[in-house]
Amino acid sequence: MELTRRDALAALAAMGTGGAAVTGVAHVRDGDAGGPGNDDDGPGSDGETSMTSGDSDDSLLADPAIVEAFVAVAEPVYPDELSSIEEFVGTVIEGRLREAPTADGIRETMTELDELATEWYGGRLPTIPAADRDRLLREVGADVAGEVPDGTLAERVRYHVVNELLFALYASPTGGELVGIENPQGHPGGTESYRRGPTR
Amino acid sequence: MIESADRSGTTTDRSDRSDIDRTPVVDADVCVIGAGPAGAIVSDRLAAAGHSVVVLDAGPRFDPADRIDRQERAIRPYYGRPDVWDGDPERDAYSSSGDRGYPLNHARVKGVGGSTLHWQGMVMRLHEDDFNAATERGVGVDWPIDYADLRPYYAAAERELGVSGASDNPYAPPREEPHPMPAFPPSYSDSLFAEACEELGIDMHSVPNARNSEGYDDRSACVGYGTCQPVCPSGAKYDATVHADRAEERGATVIDRAAVQRLDHGPDGERIQSAEYVTPDGETHRQEADAFVVAAGGVETPRLLLLSESDQYPDGLANTSGAVGKFFMDHLFAGTGGVLDEPTRQNHVGFLTSECHGFYDEADAETAPFKLEFFNYAGPSPVEMALSGESWGDDLLGDLRDAYGNNIAMGALVGQLPDEGSYVGLDRDRTDAHGNPVPEIHWSVDDRALETIDRVNAIQESILEELGAEITWQADAESTGPAYHHMGTTRMGEDPTESVVDPDLRTHDLRNCWIVGSSVFPTGGAMNPTLTIAALALRAAETIDAALDGL
Repeated sequence: MELTRRDALAALAAMGTGGAAVTGVAHVRDGDAGGPGNDDDGPGSDGETSMTSGDSDDSLLADPAIVEAFVAVAEPVYPDELSSIEEFVGTVIEGRLREAPTADGIRETMTELDELATEWYGGRLPTIPAADRDRLLREVGADVAGEVPDGTLAERVRYHVVNELLFALYASPTGGELVGIENPQGHPGGTESYRRGPTR
Repeated sequence: MIESADRSGTTTDRSDRSDIDRTPVVDADVCVIGAGPAGAIVSDRLAAAGHSVVVLDAGPRFDPADRIDRQERAIRPYYGRPDVWDGDPERDAYSSSGDRGYPLNHARVKGVGGSTLHWQGMVMRLHEDDFNAATERGVGVDWPIDYADLRPYYAAAERELGVSGASDNPYAPPREEPHPMPAFPPSYSDSLFAEACEELGIDMHSVPNARNSEGYDDRSACVGYGTCQPVCPSGAKYDATVHADRAEERGATVIDRAAVQRLDHGPDGERIQSAEYVTPDGETHRQEADAFVVAAGGVETPRLLLLSESDQYPDGLANTSGAVGKFFMDHLFAGTGGVLDEPTRQNHVGFLTSECHGFYDEADAETAPFKLEFFNYAGPSPVEMALSGESWGDDLLGDLRDAYGNNIAMGALVGQLPDEGSYVGLDRDRTDAHGNPVPEIHWSVDDRALETIDRVNAIQESILEELGAEITWQADAESTGPAYHHMGTTRMGEDPTESVVDPDLRTHDLRNCWIVGSSVFPTGGAMNPTLTIAALALRAAETIDAALDGL
């Protein structure tokens, strides 16, 4: 199943960095809510996706490197049947680094995780095998930790890295469809799908 | 009990600026305390009638632009419900002393808009018998007004809030006009329930929702975010910022983060002279007005009256009856859920589309009124589940697929009787951030309500069994909890020795003080209270408007 730009923009809308696009969709749907096909329009098509340099703190990875690291981590975190992960993750994380209130926490936590990858596995996250990335996340404790934005490293990795990726995926239309729900919570997918029966 | 640590995060409210003028309004006609639906509607109406209105709210004015961030809090497991709307455990501290714990802060919001920012948005009219429980059911008390008195105000309230509904409920009280918007159509799972209910002779019908099924009142139609409770990012769900904003447009002054500490009466003890309030800079102010409207909800309204004790009124203001804080009621939740061996299509939206009021008017001395609800959000939301699992990748997807897809559930609300032993008082051993005794919630539930829950559970089981469901959970008489509908604590009545406000919602003791909100309900029925709150507020606004000339 292919992740699309529409999915990325939908994820950003659910996560609080797609305000302009969301307002647009609410406005556009004013006149046609509930109608067939209400689910088919993305939450705006004019979202900004350009790369920004982000924080200038030299101790942190630059934003393009943060995005690369997220793409690398997404490989074990996302199901194998997904394709086009790179563009999806890139668009989401660029948006989050630009606008999310937790952008600093994202940068700091991913920088720490990337440093651990180098220390423990001999290379930055994008350069080590996916199986090692998976192992690193578990060795950090992010699999069993509850998310806490300013907690231990395990809790922060869970909040700012693993759950950042999982929230983006499973609040998007394609992520929802993987599970069997076209309009997952957080996605303004209209008021038609709840009436539809299952596809047999 | 102190709630979890502050997790308000980085969303902002529009009231953080230091240059906001929170000083009293000179020559105010009316001071309204609380900017929830009751206070905001009264303020809007009185401002429209040309009065100088000032509204004081203890909480902030939230920025609508932050609603997506609040939605993220609603979905992420780190945040508790009070965090979504910046609950402050010190400001909102309380005690729970009854046999049943009462999680007061789970579903209330302090701020402009009040708890409608969080609410589900279900807006049914009370039934005719609800106004005459003693006469018709042999228990409780009769209201001093009837359904017929409130009927036109119900219709006006439906227009004010924007209600999507249909006239397909054969058990609803008589109405003279259609709802402002068409009802949301039934869900797929409603169609599954319908087959079982037809077999059992149980009627289903639509749900009136204060949620736009089409564009209404310059607000968009619902776009299906699915997080209605606790936050609607699109504004399609009504909240009381609609009326607070409109009141301001009409000249009212809304002062946020103005925590009223007490009301002071004049030397004759017949009028309130001023409301003393504290602002974030630590300053104490006194707002004077010709009339005062207390609209702080079923907990803070009696608390404020009790805190306003004086030499003349040592038991608190408006409390010569001794009824302030007494007769605290809520609706009890009863639910049953399970799984089917087929898809049920849950969690696409966060609201209900079908109910059954078919048993409601069978209520008598032994059986409480109740209504049945057919859920559209049974079982886990995949995104919420994903964030709290211990797996990822293909393993997580497998877990999600196993857990999501075939859940089904029903809920119900059950009415409880007014009882003096169920009350909101002051806990003088604990103080809030301002040094005032915190509210003590002493909630108790009568046997009639608990036995009715047993009956509700049996009906729910019969429907789910007819569907072929395997039942996996139940909220029964032992595990029931409140629906967060705070009622009864300043009850309405004709007799000043037994009630706090008269049928016009003016306090018996103080001739320039009115109380609006569900605290005035003498009994609570089993319908969600906000439409009745709004109808009573519209009615009270008329009497206040008429009375102001003589004050």
